[in-house]
Amino acid sequence: MPKKLLDSKEIDRTLTRISHEIIERNKGTEGLCLVGIQRGGVHLAERLAKKIKGTDASSSDIPVGSLDISFYRDDIRIRQPAVSRTDMPFDVEGRKVVIVDDVFFTGRSIRAAMDAIMDMGRPALVQLAVLVDRGHRELPIRADYVGKNIPTSGGERVEVMLEEDGHEDGIFLVSAEEKEDGQGGHGHA
Amino acid sequence: MLSGRHLLGIKDLSAQEIMLYLKSASSFKDILKRDIKKVPALRGRTVVNLFFEPSTRTRTSFELAAKRLSTDVINFSAPSSSILKGESLLDTALTVEALGADIIIIRHSFSGVPHMLSKHLRVSVINAGDGTNEHPTQALLDAFTIMEKKGGFEGLQVAIIGDIIHSRVAKSNIYCLKKLGADVRLIGPATLLPECFRDLGVKTFSSMEEGLEGADVIMMLRLQLERQGKGFFPTTDEYFSQWGLSNKRLRAARPDAIIMHPGPMNRGIEISSDVADGGNSVILEQVTNGLAVRMAVMYHLDERKEQ
Amino acid sequence: MRLLIINGHVIDPSRDFAGSADILIEDGRIKTFAKEGRIKENQGKPEPRVIDAAGMWVVPGLIDMHTHLREPGFEHKETIKTGALAALKGGFTTVCAMPNTNPVNDNAGITEFILKMAQAAGGARVLPIGAVTKGQRGEELAPFYAMREAGCIAFSDDGRPVASPVIMRRALEYAKGLDALIISHAEDPALAGSGVMNEGLLSATLGLKGQPSVAEEVMIYRDIALAELTGGRLHIAHVSTRGGVRVIRQAKERGLKVTAETCPHYFSLTEDAVAGYNVNAKVNPPLRTAADVEAIKEGIRDGTIDVIATDHAPHGREKRTRQFDDAPSGISGLETALSLGLALVDEGVLTGLELIRKLTVNPAGILCIDKGALIEGTEAELVIFDPEKRYVLDAEKMISLGKNTPFDGRQLKGRVIKTICGQKVLEWD
Repeated sequence: MPKKLLDSKEIDRTLTRISHEIIERNKGTEGLCLVGIQRGGVHLAERLAKKIKGTDASSSDIPVGSLDISFYRDDIRIRQPAVSRTDMPFDVEGRKVVIVDDVFFTGRSIRAAMDAIMDMGRPALVQLAVLVDRGHRELPIRADYVGKNIPTSGGERVEVMLEEDGHEDGIFLVSAEEKEDGQGGHGHA
Repeated sequence: MLSGRHLLGIKDLSAQEIMLYLKSASSFKDILKRDIKKVPALRGRTVVNLFFEPSTRTRTSFELAAKRLSTDVINFSAPSSSILKGESLLDTALTVEALGADIIIIRHSFSGVPHMLSKHLRVSVINAGDGTNEHPTQALLDAFTIMEKKGGFEGLQVAIIGDIIHSRVAKSNIYCLKKLGADVRLIGPATLLPECFRDLGVKTFSSMEEGLEGADVIMMLRLQLERQGKGFFPTTDEYFSQWGLSNKRLRAARPDAIIMHPGPMNRGIEISSDVADGGNSVILEQVTNGLAVRMAVMYHLDERKEQ
Repeated sequence: MRLLIINGHVIDPSRDFAGSADILIEDGRIKTFAKEGRIKENQGKPEPRVIDAAGMWVVPGLIDMHTHLREPGFEHKETIKTGALAALKGGFTTVCAMPNTNPVNDNAGITEFILKMAQAAGGARVLPIGAVTKGQRGEELAPFYAMREAGCIAFSDDGRPVASPVIMRRALEYAKGLDALIISHAEDPALAGSGVMNEGLLSATLGLKGQPSVAEEVMIYRDIALAELTGGRLHIAHVSTRGGVRVIRQAKERGLKVTAETCPHYFSLTEDAVAGYNVNAKVNPPLRTAADVEAIKEGIRDGTIDVIATDHAPHGREKRTRQFDDAPSGISGLETALSLGLALVDEGVLTGLELIRKLTVNPAGILCIDKGALIEGTEAELVIFDPEKRYVLDAEKMISLGKNTPFDGRQLKGRVIKTICGQKVLEWD
């Protein structure tokens, strides 16, 4: 059985905390935009944007983009080639970009996301917000905002289930033997 | 997912495979709109354009698409198809492969050459037009253009006009559009449009007026002028008078019909200038879409190769 | 040496016989043909070597009216030696060599060369067919009398049609003086154009130039009309179309002395074999539609088609790597013909006797040779054939240098076990 690490309430609380940290670190919401990595990061970015707006009454809508990093991956040879849509309804030039992802693992997806964003323009700064950091970094990349640190072994897998995909919110640790079932989740093996 | 590591023809593809290419092409088209029109998706790969038949347009389109994917591109053009035959044709392809090519794009004036070479090569082969057989990337870019303009294919009335029997563009388009659910009508003189095409599930017409009635998409083909005087049609004047697309003829089609042409056009022979440059024409967009579609094809075939 | 073949199912069309019989061969000649009972008369002679042919067919050595041996000029495709040995393995003890060699067999010198090489080869008997026109160019008649004197059995420009109706007329007229047979490669060159396969939806969707079936039909019609005009002896080679069969049937109904052959691939395969640009299925005339195959079978059944010939057309290995348009036409057919013919018996198109007739006495009659029969006193030429043996064809194991066959890798039924040629008994695995 997968082990539940965070339930719906805890996820919500974590996102609220991250939204506060984002406002604090950036001294407001001026020039702020969130970019979710397809697919798990996009829903989280949207939730964060709502929370930020709800927290800072002076804030206008926080623009949210979705980023497909397929074309920037260094491991396309072993990934399924389904390409999702990149949708960036704003110009990143001069903005404070917060990349949002569900599970922070090797750092390779974030590297790809940074390259993709740089090809769209020159942001003022780029930050990283993740719901779960499971360790095992392969690149010198560090998150600015971390929901929860979950030490894992290499064979394990972290599954993030979200309401937006028709599940109950929850974060699960799946052991090596259970791995083939990953329906709907966006865990990073 | 893709069933093979080559793209030899639309004939061999499923509707799902076609749609995979078209969907990815949308993502690549977004990239082409950016200031930095390049992604590192195929960095380090080598693409060879092996063209045994001159074609600046198609070759340039493939070359640019490959460069937009960060590959290294080599153009290997044989001055004339007749020079390289038999063993030497295969030898040329094997040499190109030995140079380290990952994707070889082949155009040849004989049908089946990419198929024959693909059997002997380990790299991915893309058919960029073989004889009078197929031109699969043209059909994909045409389908992509139709999808963008019309939203879908089911029940769409598509008329293809001209030298059907000798046109690889027409054949790839017939297979592609039928697989995607469109209704296809073919229009042309019987010398260029044998009745046997009906067995493909399309309607055939010799009259433009009848064939264009209610059409959503009008696809004109380039008339090979050397067919004149060989018994296929008597003169280009007579051809235009019967099968050329003019504004007057266009009235039979739906008012929002789009007009397509694979290029290069023979203005005044298969299409009048006012139609080619008119509001319904999407001919230049086809060229742009060609880049996006060819990027999608190379991207997915490269994936496939590694599996 | 004495050889006694017992327990076999013997088929001898010359005496309309198919049944159990024993055959005694003495010094390379058929000594006794006994329909009933054992051959007992040893009369002090040494005990014969006994071949038990239980379950086998014992048939006269087959005659192939249509073989390309390629020598002189194309020895990388086939030599007279390899072709004549491949013939024996296929059950053919006599083959007629078509003249499209290099140089063309259009004079007595080449004819003599072929016969000399054939003699040295020690394979099947080779009967050269001379060209109708010099260099097969379709312009001037070749010297029929000198070539006949040298050993030519018939005349044909096979490989290409005699395009000019005037030249064809003259050939039929001139050959009459020799009572010689003219074999027509019936293909209207203008209608056939540069077609590389049958014309139809498949050619259109493969993007290959099609050769319409009327190209054959029209030419057969022309040649029959010319044969009627001249009274010459005409044989139509490799009939492949429904229309062709119909025209020949009508001519025979009118009592004209025209004969015709088809080849195993025209009743075994349709144009679908070409799909995927399979060069091994490229042959001229091209493989046709299922309707044509049915008509060919009907023509075989009702006697419109007299002969099954191989049109053995070997090519070198490079054929495999050529683009379809450029690849040479032809199928290496000597070693598969009998298996493919047997399928007609299994399908009920022909009886075994009728099949063997189209491979022995019918071609012998058309060529006016005393072969293809199991007659006492004649040279022993016979084939022992296992009609039940199934095998997967491996082209690489064929004797012919031409490995070009669309049947490679297919399961075939019926295999030649032994070929007896005079004193020689050849055993095949």
